[in-house]
Amino acid sequence: MDDLALAARGGERVTGEVAVLGAGMHPWGKWGRGFVEYGVVAARAALADAGVDWRSVGSVVGADTVRGGYPGYVAGATFARALGWQGARVSSVYAACASGAQAISTARTQILAGMADVVLVVGADAAPKGFFRPAGGDRPDDPDWLRFRVLGATNPAYFGLYARRRMAVHGDTLEDFAQVKVKNAASGALNEYARYRKPVTADEVAASAVVADPLRLLDICATSDGAAALVLSSMEFARRHGAPDPVRVRAVSTVTPTYPNTVLDLPDIATDSAAAVAPAGRTFRASIARAAYEEAGIGPEDVSLAEVYDLSTALELQWYEDLGLCGEGEGAKLLHDGATAPGGRVPVNSSGGLASFGEAVPAQAIAQVCELTWQLRGAAGARQVSGARVGVTANQGLFGHGSSVIAVR
Amino acid sequence: MSRTRTPVVANWFTGEGEGFRLLGTRCSACAAVFFPREDVHCRNPGCGGGDLAEAPLSRRGLVWSYTDGRYRPPEPYVSDPELPWRPYTLIAVELEAERMVVLGQAAPGVHVDDLEVGMEVEVVPGVLHEDGETTWTTWHWRPVGASA
Repeated sequence: MDDLALAARGGERVTGEVAVLGAGMHPWGKWGRGFVEYGVVAARAALADAGVDWRSVGSVVGADTVRGGYPGYVAGATFARALGWQGARVSSVYAACASGAQAISTARTQILAGMADVVLVVGADAAPKGFFRPAGGDRPDDPDWLRFRVLGATNPAYFGLYARRRMAVHGDTLEDFAQVKVKNAASGALNEYARYRKPVTADEVAASAVVADPLRLLDICATSDGAAALVLSSMEFARRHGAPDPVRVRAVSTVTPTYPNTVLDLPDIATDSAAAVAPAGRTFRASIARAAYEEAGIGPEDVSLAEVYDLSTALELQWYEDLGLCGEGEGAKLLHDGATAPGGRVPVNSSGGLASFGEAVPAQAIAQVCELTWQLRGAAGARQVSGARVGVTANQGLFGHGSSVIAVR
Repeated sequence: MSRTRTPVVANWFTGEGEGFRLLGTRCSACAAVFFPREDVHCRNPGCGGGDLAEAPLSRRGLVWSYTDGRYRPPEPYVSDPELPWRPYTLIAVELEAERMVVLGQAAPGVHVDDLEVGMEVEVVPGVLHEDGETTWTTWHWRPVGASA
């Protein structure tokens, strides 16, 4: 697909592209070490992949972790120091699960504004065992603290609510949800960076313990240690660097909801009221992808593959609909038709997804773009999506953070 | 020893029995309703801003969805680690007049098998937990017609 073809579809809003020169990860798992170590491994891998010396990087952007103490809140500087101070411009960003997209957005903005030629983006986390929990203290002004204090509503509780709602409204079944896990585990088994590398059967999903009705342990993603990094550059730098045809980031959506937000989202105890103002025609999640498509000047019909935030199996089906890969309520049918499986029309989570990786919050949105990069280069090995030209990622961070990246080649 | 009854969050609910209500606020300028309550600024971006007055929410609504917690949630949820964990049910309820969904725990004894999406439920006073001096009170959702 070339720019003219895109323009012919009404793509007047191509705002400029940046090159993905390098992608790197630290394997995901439970390693028991600090996030800085993981991030530096991923950063060095991305720099080596790009063939760029760290000392020639003009800016470093860190996606923060709230679990590493003060160094986690200033992740950009933490990684720069660990790699060796070299004077680069620094930023640190936080947007919960969307932090990685904010980091990519910051890097891209700096490149397009001419403030930096080459930017290193890094996200890494060392996750706790069990449920994510809020920061300590007595803090009734924090919705995240309140939902635990008043309701005991863990993240899987919200996933369970969404899943049950889909079953009631769209007729989804537990078997549909299990098939998402089966699909993603099969892909994850082929990914050297994934934490879980064993195929899973539908019977194994059904036999796992219920965590938050109707979802079982194998419907819900784990929390992991892990890291991902990207080296982004201007197209001009890429050409001078001997990469005339790199993977390019064409759009980064970091939108917020519009009032009234009528879908119950973590960590809220209630939705906005739609009594005074009619809600927009599309939900927040759908608006995240819509903004990315508009910025890239493409539509869902152009997408070769997608990486979506499968916090739960049921949520992956929701993303199919919110990305426009199928109509509302048709997610399970799209799955059963094989469209989103390897070899299908639009494979989803060819990396194995969160089902195979687990959540490493600041790294995940970056890891999604690493997978797109390898796929669009034709370098994804046994996971390769044939003829991949356009990839989209989708993700959502607590407190109203949209995250979607479109990469092309 | 008698314990003091204290709401887990101040000013989120009031009353007893049939008179029990969740308390939101309503903007005097645009009529937007908020729960949890907004007491300082109206969050409607198209509103110039009006006074926010306390507004009791509808007692009854329809189940939007439900789930349960089979494992002990982390703090600040309070539970006795010495006792076996007893799962509780969570219900998200759609209030027709307010056009919003409000989450809450189900009344004790209400399990996911007792519920269906679209079922009518009502808000009732409940107890979240008790400690030495205090009974911490909250709101519960309960199917209409179910006994207390």
